[in-house]
Amino acid sequence: MTALLDMDRLLDDLEAGLRKKLEERGVTSPALIGIRTGGVWLADVMSKRLGLQEPWGELDISFYRDDFSRIGLNPKVKPSSLPFSTEDRDIILIDDVIMSGRTIRAAMNEIFDYGRPASIILATLVDLGARELPVQPDVTGRVLALQSHQRVKLRGPDPLHIELQETGK
Amino acid sequence: MTANDPSSTSLQLTADGQLRHFLTLDGLNRALLTEILDTADSFIEVGERSIKKVPLLRGRTVVNLFFESSTRTRSTFELAAKRLSADVLNLDINTSATSKGESLSDTLLNLEAMASDMFVVRHSQSGAPHFIAESVTPGVAIINAGDGRHAHPTQAMLDMLTIRQHKGRFEGLKVAIVGDVLHSRVARSQIRALNELGAVEVRVIAPATLLPRDVESLGCTVEYDMARGMKDLDVVIMLRLQKERMEGALLPSEREFYRLYGLNREKLALANPECIVMHPGPINRGVEIESAVADGPQSVILNQVTNGIAIRMAVMSMAMGGQMAERSRRQEGRAQA
Repeated sequence: MTALLDMDRLLDDLEAGLRKKLEERGVTSPALIGIRTGGVWLADVMSKRLGLQEPWGELDISFYRDDFSRIGLNPKVKPSSLPFSTEDRDIILIDDVIMSGRTIRAAMNEIFDYGRPASIILATLVDLGARELPVQPDVTGRVLALQSHQRVKLRGPDPLHIELQETGK
Repeated sequence: MTANDPSSTSLQLTADGQLRHFLTLDGLNRALLTEILDTADSFIEVGERSIKKVPLLRGRTVVNLFFESSTRTRSTFELAAKRLSADVLNLDINTSATSKGESLSDTLLNLEAMASDMFVVRHSQSGAPHFIAESVTPGVAIINAGDGRHAHPTQAMLDMLTIRQHKGRFEGLKVAIVGDVLHSRVARSQIRALNELGAVEVRVIAPATLLPRDVESLGCTVEYDMARGMKDLDVVIMLRLQKERMEGALLPSEREFYRLYGLNREKLALANPECIVMHPGPINRGVEIESAVADGPQSVILNQVTNGIAIRMAVMSMAMGGQMAERSRRQEGRAQA
């Protein structure tokens, strides 16, 4: 597991994938948005690696979650912060792990409340499959197949590392 | 029913400690009050977006049930509910069915039959929201928008949010509440919140005729002389002189009150130079506060109004979330049984 999840290699792959995708799309000045918490650490790293001048934004999707009616409001919600207008911008949306796709659905709804972006590229460090919505990343560091009782979580910010969790079932 | 009724805690909170009604600050601990303030901070950011709406209460119906008139409180509750995407019904009860003889219980039953999810209640009787919370169908959240002389918890919390924004903390703060404490439900809630959040001293400054008996038991010190009371203050909260509530001659005259307890530049100069000036509104210029102070650099009165929307969004979404979480646990329990 450790060898498979060498963080430097994952980040290299994510960076290379993003550069390729930006070139394909002809995007020269993207605005980077990380989803709290793991995605924000990655936004910080990728912003430096891609040499972006503009500060990155952070999203807390608590107000857009689709399980509010089942579990209530996240008690640890923090303000989202986008230090740029999303109107007509090419956005890179970044998160640590994609699974059901529900977080990304919520994040895209939130982004649109700040203005209509020209495009969104979705980048995730790890793709665990098990999708419940038709949402796919454009760029991903690694696709992993876990057993049903296993989860992964990005820990950080310094150093960034991926933790394998057993849910005990 | 008294302000310290222990049953209010179990009425307001779910078994997991989530808010499900918001009736009084009694029984709510520092962690929960801080959670309300933190959540409101996130809603302030929503108010700065191009689309100032989030979908949390989409498809829910909120009824503003005002048995006593109020422009500012009702309109900020209405705006808060709309920014949470709820449908809002405003009912001024003095102009509607009760004046035709319908009882409170019948009015509520009719509103529940319209599938309402939340009642925001203002009433001149202390304890009315509490009574409604006890009798309402499970799953419906009750928010107290001011009841009699008892409590006005959203106003107190928006004041706490304003203090935290400007001072960054509560520990070590000296806060005074000046004026008509006797008739003020806000003052009671403020004293409770400030003590729970860790202010070092809460002072009330007022003539003896405008203080409730045993006021110290609320958790404050008393000062009858305003010049002495202003010393070392970090925050001064002026209360409105509630003329419509005055029974009998509690004051020699408005002019005399302003001379002794009105906040003017000279008296404000006795406090700490960074002391902020607050007022729940509507302000009576020249009765409890000088215009130059109300509009001056130390005044944060308009910030309070903005913060009122965010605080109301926070408690509405937290209480509705608590109710819905409880509802889904009940359904799961039934499915398993």
